[in-house]
Amino acid sequence: MHAIDANPVIEFRDVSYRVQGTDVLRGLSLQVAKGETLVLLGRSGSGKTTTLKMVNGLVSPTSGAVLVNGATHTDVDVIRLRRGIGYVIQEVGLFPHFTVSRNIGVVPKIEGWNDARIQARVQELLQLVGLSPEIASRYPHQLSGGQRQRVGVARALAADPAILLMDEPFGALDPLTRDELQREFLSLQRRVNKTVVFVTHDLREALRLGSRIALMEAGKLVTVLSPHEFVKSDDPWASAYVRAFGDGLESAANRGTS
Amino acid sequence: MNVIRFLLQNHTQVLELTMEHLWLVGLSTAFAMLIGIPLGIIIAHRPSWNRPVLASANIIQTIPSLALFGFLLPVPWLGARSDRLAILALTLYALLPIIRNTYAGIRGVDAAVIEAGKGMGLTESQLLFQVELPLAVSVILSGVRIAVVISVGLATIAAAIGAGGLGEFIFRGLAMVDDRVILAGAIPAAILALLADFGVGWLERRLRPR
Repeated sequence: MHAIDANPVIEFRDVSYRVQGTDVLRGLSLQVAKGETLVLLGRSGSGKTTTLKMVNGLVSPTSGAVLVNGATHTDVDVIRLRRGIGYVIQEVGLFPHFTVSRNIGVVPKIEGWNDARIQARVQELLQLVGLSPEIASRYPHQLSGGQRQRVGVARALAADPAILLMDEPFGALDPLTRDELQREFLSLQRRVNKTVVFVTHDLREALRLGSRIALMEAGKLVTVLSPHEFVKSDDPWASAYVRAFGDGLESAANRGTS
Repeated sequence: MNVIRFLLQNHTQVLELTMEHLWLVGLSTAFAMLIGIPLGIIIAHRPSWNRPVLASANIIQTIPSLALFGFLLPVPWLGARSDRLAILALTLYALLPIIRNTYAGIRGVDAAVIEAGKGMGLTESQLLFQVELPLAVSVILSGVRIAVVISVGLATIAAAIGAGGLGEFIFRGLAMVDDRVILAGAIPAAILALLADFGVGWLERRLRPR
């Protein structure tokens, strides 16, 4: 169905998840290769967020196995693992009582970096995500939605994780800011080259940002396709998506990676 | 004005009883915080414990204070000294607002903040001390404030079992049918309650996260 990588960074092996008698995920098998941006596309309740949270162990599978760098979560210390995985969510979840600088420095600090190194890293990251240095001393409530999400991305990148998990990170932003952040994400991804798993229900976003798109429906993986394949696909679910988003998607496909 | 003259004439005793009163309230509040805050934290993290714990604290709250003092009187070590007994009873009464506010304060922390913290690899204790408690502190303190104000009033009843405090004047005044003596206990107690309310309220505002 899709390319099999010899050493996937993330691998789902026949993963199922049941909660209170309901199947949230059924028999999911999926691999994520190093340096790619895999988009989990699906509507609300399709299981895409649950799938994402299995990577950093916020959710554990009922059956099957999730391997990160070849090891399951039972083999490794989940706390350590999470510190090596950047996590960005739609609500951002910045600590409201911390300044921007302290927010970005959370993981470096608990990892025992000294203050000078943290401060240098904070400045570097602010520049990377397109924020001015003076923002470092502000509090989250003093920022706009777009600035907050930029800080969220900077925080996720702080300890230079190899993997980045993003759960509808731009979903709550206005269209212009979303467009801007998507563009910046692409240029950022070219520079930092992380393995990214990106959750969205927006096909345009998926086509634009993803190197592959994993389409999910009702707890099952429907298909995994490249953006180009996706827009031409005759898979009923994929074509339903394409129809719902209307014309002009051909040109949206992979604008970023081409 | 007779009250003021009475207070001035008996100022050493007023001071002494005020100190006793503060001792009863201060120590019982400290105990209630030591028990109530950890309990509130536990039930905020284990929702199934929430009902039994809050229900127990609620039931204690409904026992009439004079009856509770009376019930505890025959207890061996406690009954030997009435101030111990009073402190225990006041501690029990102060528990409910402290547990409830700690629980509410921690549950009130934005779920996205907790989620992000966990996802970044914070341990449970890092999450508690760096995120949950700092964000809940003003709600917890407002529970402490309610507890202190209630205790200052309740502690006057402790005089009924001989535990001292400003209630001594009140009960003596009642027996003597002398308003001056009643007010000599009631006025300083009211002032204490106001001061405690103001003091903890100030702390609460100071520590409120932005």
